[in-house]
Amino acid sequence: MTRFLAITRTEMLILRRNRWLLVATLIMVLFALALTFAGSAPTGTLGVDMLTVSVASMTTLSVYLAPLLALMISFDAIAGDVDRGSLSLLLSYPAGRGEILLGKFCAHLAALAFAMTVGFGTAGAVAAFFGGAGPESLMALVRLILTSILLGAVFLALGYLLSALARGATAAAGLSAGLWLVFVVLYDLGLLGAVVMDKGGAFTQSVFPWVMVANPADAFRLWNIAATEGVAMASGMTGAAQALPVWAAPASLLIWPVLGFALARLAFRRVEP
Amino acid sequence: MTDKALSIDHVSKNRGKTCVLDDITLSLAPGQRVALLGHNGAGKSTLIKSILGLTPIRDGAIRIGNATPGSAQARRDTAYLPEAVSFHPALTGREQLTLFAKLSGSKADVPGLLERVGLSDALDRRIGAYSKGMRQRLGLAQVLLGQPKVALLDEPTSGLDPISRQDLYAIIDELAAQGTAVLIASHALTEVEARTDRIAIMRKGRMVADDTLNNLSALAGLPIRLKVRASANADALAAELGGNRINGASVELLCTPEDKMEALRRIARLGDAVADVEMTPPKLEDLYRHYAQEERT
Repeated sequence: MTRFLAITRTEMLILRRNRWLLVATLIMVLFALALTFAGSAPTGTLGVDMLTVSVASMTTLSVYLAPLLALMISFDAIAGDVDRGSLSLLLSYPAGRGEILLGKFCAHLAALAFAMTVGFGTAGAVAAFFGGAGPESLMALVRLILTSILLGAVFLALGYLLSALARGATAAAGLSAGLWLVFVVLYDLGLLGAVVMDKGGAFTQSVFPWVMVANPADAFRLWNIAATEGVAMASGMTGAAQALPVWAAPASLLIWPVLGFALARLAFRRVEP
Repeated sequence: MTDKALSIDHVSKNRGKTCVLDDITLSLAPGQRVALLGHNGAGKSTLIKSILGLTPIRDGAIRIGNATPGSAQARRDTAYLPEAVSFHPALTGREQLTLFAKLSGSKADVPGLLERVGLSDALDRRIGAYSKGMRQRLGLAQVLLGQPKVALLDEPTSGLDPISRQDLYAIIDELAAQGTAVLIASHALTEVEARTDRIAIMRKGRMVADDTLNNLSALAGLPIRLKVRASANADALAAELGGNRINGASVELLCTPEDKMEALRRIARLGDAVADVEMTPPKLEDLYRHYAQEERT
């Protein structure tokens, strides 16, 4: 039963050795710090502490960065082994495909969690030091870190799915870039267009919030915004959050990793090394 | 129950419309070493992947001991060396082999195994810095993990220098001695000749031969080649013996194994006219050509 842990251990070794962990953590720290300082201006006008504003900025950052970092590790997970020719050997061992995938997932998720915690944690600490923090804004920071890890988990799983479906690691990388673009950029643009066309009709009133929350990236945003009044004020996005029941965004963000992993597992079953 | 380590029974497989495995039957007893020969695309690697359960078959049955391919038991019992094996370049040889040992559930002496294949100096170097031959040795080390019932080696000599090949065959002998049935898919005909108990030849997905080298020679009826060097007049010698003159001084004769002694006696009777006789029995290469290239009539 501990075979997947052997895979996890090896994958973590690889992430450390090829500097992925270092680079990802650095990216997170730098971006989070930059946004914290750049976004510290509106504290006075809104009457909230600096950490709250910082969390609001970092929420926007994480929507882009968490999926990107996750896809950057996961696209190679299956296709890369197929390309190298090492998958057939791995599969000739008693470890099942589910165990292999789970092992990689655990390692990749741990690496993401590390980068997120260090990155957001550093920026949060800096913001709290300079601009003060309260129990509520600390709560918001913890929520941001945890939901960012969840969002990363979604895109890890989706990355494995593409990695299993693609013919080769290069194709998997291309598909991942497309997936990122669709979920993080185009989806919202499409929704925006639909809302504009609809001019506040039935679609905007009842369907739009649900379609929005179905996208894990938007669910992540909604969850962080809806949960904290200050963050919602700072980000100026309260409308959509209020139209949905409280559980909608968390449910979406919790269901997606499981769904994605199941799909990836199914696709992996069909891979012939 | 079966006493075979590996039995392949009337296995067929299609890829698209082409039949890549056509009614293949082959079995290996424990400790037997069988060479699997054939051109590129003859179906050797596909057969090996079917045995590993990595690719489904259409008809027939494969058993590793009593287990079906891909089952947990079968995976424990088989060892596999892929063709042109490669590993993650960021890992060291020790780390890679430790992973395999853990996956196979065997308590392995990792440094010992790496020393056995001549990699003790490269133990903690990254695989990315290994040569092709070193990666092949690392691949071989993982075959030795646990005590597999069946070892499937796909082109194990590719990328190895002659000395490493000797090591490889010593290791194969060791495996066979501990009761592992070894199936070697290979192009290196001359080495396989001396080192295997049986030879199976595949052509276009079909098994065209499966027997010992001697039996295959007899079955094929390939001629023995006699090269007679004349001391003076090669033309006269050619006329006398009825062979072909192949250069200024030599005559080549082909004869069946039964006629060999008769031909030698005739040559001996010529006395001083003959300077030298060279006799070449059919080589595995000739046999291989006979079986693998023979067109279906």
